Order: sequence, then C-alpha cells, then structure tokens
Amino acid sequence: MMLPFARVVEFWRQTTDSDLFWSFKRSKLVMVSAVITVLFFIMAFGAPYLAPHNPFDLASLELSDAFKPPAWEEGGEMKYLLGTDDQGRDLLSTIMYGSRISLVVGFLSVIFAMVLGIGLGLIAGYVGGPVDGLIMRIADVQLSFPAILIALLVDGVSRGILGEARHSDIAEAVLVVAIGLSYWVQYARTVRGSVLVEKNKEYVQAARVIGLPGPLIALRHVLPNVMGPVLVIATINLALAIITEATLSFLGVGLPPTEPSLGTLIRIGNDFLFSGEWWITIFPGVVLAALVLSVNLLGDWLRDALNPKLR
Amino acid sequence: MVQAVLVMLAVAFIAFTMFNFVGDPVAIMAGQDLPAEQRVELRKTLGLDDPTPVRFARFVANAAQGQFGLSYRTTEPVGRMILDRLPATLELSLIAVLVALVIGIPMGVFSGLYPHHWISRAMMTVSLIGISLPTFLIGILLILIFAVMLGWLPSFGRGDTVKIGFWTTGFLTVSGWKAIILPSITLGLFQMTLIMRLVRSEMLEVLRTDYIKFARARGLTNRAVHFGHALKNTLVPVITITGLQLGSIIAFAIITETVFSWPGVGLLFLQSVQAVDIPVMAAYLVLIGLLFVLINLIVDVLYFVVDPRLRSQGAKAGAK
Repeated sequence: MMLPFARVVEFWRQTTDSDLFWSFKRSKLVMVSAVITVLFFIMAFGAPYLAPHNPFDLASLELSDAFKPPAWEEGGEMKYLLGTDDQGRDLLSTIMYGSRISLVVGFLSVIFAMVLGIGLGLIAGYVGGPVDGLIMRIADVQLSFPAILIALLVDGVSRGILGEARHSDIAEAVLVVAIGLSYWVQYARTVRGSVLVEKNKEYVQAARVIGLPGPLIALRHVLPNVMGPVLVIATINLALAIITEATLSFLGVGLPPTEPSLGTLIRIGNDFLFSGEWWITIFPGVVLAALVLSVNLLGDWLRDALNPKLR
Repeated sequence: MVQAVLVMLAVAFIAFTMFNFVGDPVAIMAGQDLPAEQRVELRKTLGLDDPTPVRFARFVANAAQGQFGLSYRTTEPVGRMILDRLPATLELSLIAVLVALVIGIPMGVFSGLYPHHWISRAMMTVSLIGISLPTFLIGILLILIFAVMLGWLPSFGRGDTVKIGFWTTGFLTVSGWKAIILPSITLGLFQMTLIMRLVRSEMLEVLRTDYIKFARARGLTNRAVHFGHALKNTLVPVITITGLQLGSIIAFAIITETVFSWPGVGLLFLQSVQAVDIPVMAAYLVLIGLLFVLINLIVDVLYFVVDPRLRSQGAKAGAK
C-alpha cells in the first residue's frame, strides 16, 4: 500500500524519468508551444469565467459600441481591450468563446475520424480478402481528393438533405462529420499496416488457440499495440482539423455568425477590412495562427520523440 | 489505366447519387405555385421516372459530352457555366505552380547546400509558419498590406481580360497581371514551402552519396556538381509531389478565389454548395476527378522522361 502522496511522487518521478520528458526538456520551442497550447485550453474552456463580457448575452450588447478600436488606439476603451465587432461584441470575449468552439469541433472531428479510421483499418487488416480490397480502394480514391473538397461536398449534401434551417441548428455536428469523413483514410491505412504485422505474432495466435472470437482479439489485443502511431497522427490532424473548420467557417459553410468560431469571426471581419476596421479580422487570425502553430510544433515533436529510429 | 477508369466511374457514381437522393429537383426548380400535372410533366421531360441503371447510364453518357443539365440556381447549362470560368482557375493555378517552383526550388537548393547558414534557418522558420497559416489568412494579410495599406495591387477580380475563342485570358493586359499577383502568391505559398522542404531534404540526402563525392574528386566545379548532378536527382520526388499537389492547388483555389472574388470554378462551386446547386456540384466533382486522373497519367509519363533508370527497366519488362 502506498500513501496517496507517495504515489503522486512516484508518478512524477516516472514521468520525469521517461524518454519523452527528456526530449521535451531539450527543446525550448516545444516547451513554449506546450505552454501556449495549455494557455489556449485554459482561455478557451474557462471562457465563461474568464471572459470580460458574454458575447452571447444579447441584452448586454450595445450597438453604439460597435466598431470600437483596440484600447491602445484612438477612440478605444479599456472596457474592450481588443475592440468590438460590427454588433458591439467585445472582441476578446468573442475570441475566447470562438476558440472554445474551434477546439471542440477540432477535437470531436479528430475523434470521429479516428474511430472511423481505426474501425475500418482493423476490419480491413484483420479480415483481409475482398473486404480489405474494397475498404482500401475507397481509401485510395478518397486520398486523391483534397480533404477540404470532401468536407465541402459533405456539407453541401447535408444542406440539401436537411434543409437550410435545420442545417444551421446542427451546424457543429455537420462540421464534425464533414471534417471527420475527410481525414479517416490516414488512420485506416496506418492501423491496417500495423495490424497486418501484428496479426502473425504469437500472442494473436495464442489468443486464437484459446478460442477467443475474432472481434475480441482485434479490439482487446491487437488494437492497443497499434495505437502509438495513431496518436501521433491524431495530434497532427488536430491542427489540420482546426484549420479545416476555420476554412469552412470562413467560406460561409461552417458555423453561423450567431455561434462564431475563429473562422466565422475572420469572415465577419473580412467585410470591414477596407473600411479600416482591421482588428476584427486580424486578432482572431493571429489567435488561430498561434493555436495551429503550437499544436503543429507539439505534433512534430511527438512524432520525432516516439520514433525509435530517431532516438 | 484500369484504375483511372475505375476512379472516374466511382466519382461519376457519387455525383449521380448526389443528383438522385439530395432534394427533389422539380421542387427546387418549379417553385410552389406549379400545378401537380405540370410537375409530373416536368418530371417526365427531365427523365426522372426512368429506372436507376438507365439514368446512371444516361448520366455517364451526358457527362462524357460535358452535359450536366441546367443549374438549379441560375437555370443556365452547367457545362457552359464551368467552361466560362475554367480559364480563370487554370491561369491562376498555373501561375501559382510556377511561383511555387521558381521560388521554392532555389530556396530548397540553397538551404540544402548550406543547412547551417542563417538564411537557411530563417527560411525553415518561415516555411513552418507558411505551413501552419491557413490559406485564407495569408490572403487576408496580403490584401491588408498590399491593397488596403499600400494600395499597390487590386484585391478582387481578374482585371481586364481578353477573349480568344472561348478562352478569356488576363495575361495580355497590365491590370490582368496586377490582379493575378496576390491570388497566385496566396495559392502558391503552401506548395512553395512544401517544395522547398522537399528539395532541401532530398539535396541533403543526395549530397551524401558516393557519386557526388566522385564528381567532386573528378574536379568538377561546384556549379556542375550541385546543379548537374545533385539537383537533377532530386527532381523525381519533386515532380511527383508537384503533380499530386496540382490537384490540391485546384481545390485550394476554392478558398483563394473566395478571398479575392476571383471569377473561377472554385467560386462557382462554393456558391453552389451554399445554394445546394447539385448539378454544378456534381459537374465540378467529375471535373476534378478527371483532372486528377489526367495529372496522374502525366506524372507517370514524366517519370520516364526524367529518370533513365525507369526507362531501361520498362524496356526490360517490355522485352519479357
């Protein structure tokens, strides 16, 4: 029996002793991007408590406050540190709420793509034969189309099926499905490749000999052994998913202005670029760029750190 | 070749399915006041009552002739609409690829030759930012700097165009050239960073090989070694990636065209997605599929031109 405190110390010691932490400590860039990412999470998920205003509380909006420049420019107010948008919403608060939506959509679509890709990859690798052939052909065809195009098509089709009003009600779910459907191939290919290797190992044969059913072997025994590369792809894809969501929202097929993500904010601001209200576009843009860059750097580092060839 | 045909059939099938199951074209085209008999009539003239295989066959046959019916949104023939806008997109993509190659390859060569030079480090950092920044953000930044703040370049449209047959070109007027600068940089930047990184890593690899050492030992000039021997051997992957990226350039043109209100196919596609204009979406899908298949074929042919090893292998395989 270990005391809780001793357990924490033990856990901390194990973590700091690991290879991963060692390579983490070695790169300042990675540490900085980790800090930025963590700050983003705090900022985004703490938005209801941390944000100076609630941009969704329509009663608190005053149209006379619209188009206020950032506080350090002439005409700006300390009340609105980064200025306000066309509806008088405080930009800092909208950005905080917006990054929350961007992160949530990004995460959910990565999970969706991961589950879909892992599932199909497992089936393809484990079952083999014509099933494998069919799944991998579909993957090949899809891989030759850029993800953004597929996401746009899925969005357009769902718009057609659901109708405009219902579509914007569940815009977030549609986005998750659209982005998820456009990024599953990478997971499926990776998982299938690893499964083909793992399938012939002794532990799988042993599991078969004792009569375990196929799906159980695939899920309980093979899957944990192929998860490493999958998680690396997931990190890198998180950045891609965030970019894709922002792009779709910017193009006007993503989230509606009533529920703005970073991309929607940039779209709103783009209309006012020429009349001098640059801050409505630039601040969400900078935030988006910083978020994507730090997630990208973390993903790159994770890939190198987990790659035994580079150690 | 078989694969190419299969891909095209798959794409056509998806496009056809979209036609069939998304919305009722009659309801969309006719409006609410049309009496029921006329609706039935319209269904017949559109051929919507025939069995599915017949309609799929007709769809493929029509698509092969470039006929995709009428747009739900503007009731113009879709083939015409796309053909009108295709030159704008192709010119934009062409210039973007050229920008990416002409700037990306020298940058890659330099940073491959002098990996520790400060310029190389700066280029690597910039390229990382280039990869992380979403395309539309780059476009907006360029507009802000060069169109709003400096006022040097236009921020939307193609400028004046000249019509040559069915092809409208912006290459013959000054305003056309001015208008293409910002969009093509926006579109080409991502590919440029990609090509730069690729050339760099390939150069680093090639420079370590024995035949480069041998070439140096023969007393060849640096110039001959670097460009005649090293660069030439990095070109195969560059061609592959450029070829594959050409497709995504045309797809990413959707974003660039929206930012710069460039009157191309991408903008048309986006408007169609927003308006659920299925015939245009389907036609665009088939067009992109066709482009991908064509590009893959061309890339395969280029391999043989660039890499003599493949040629001799191919000849051997042919002899057997």
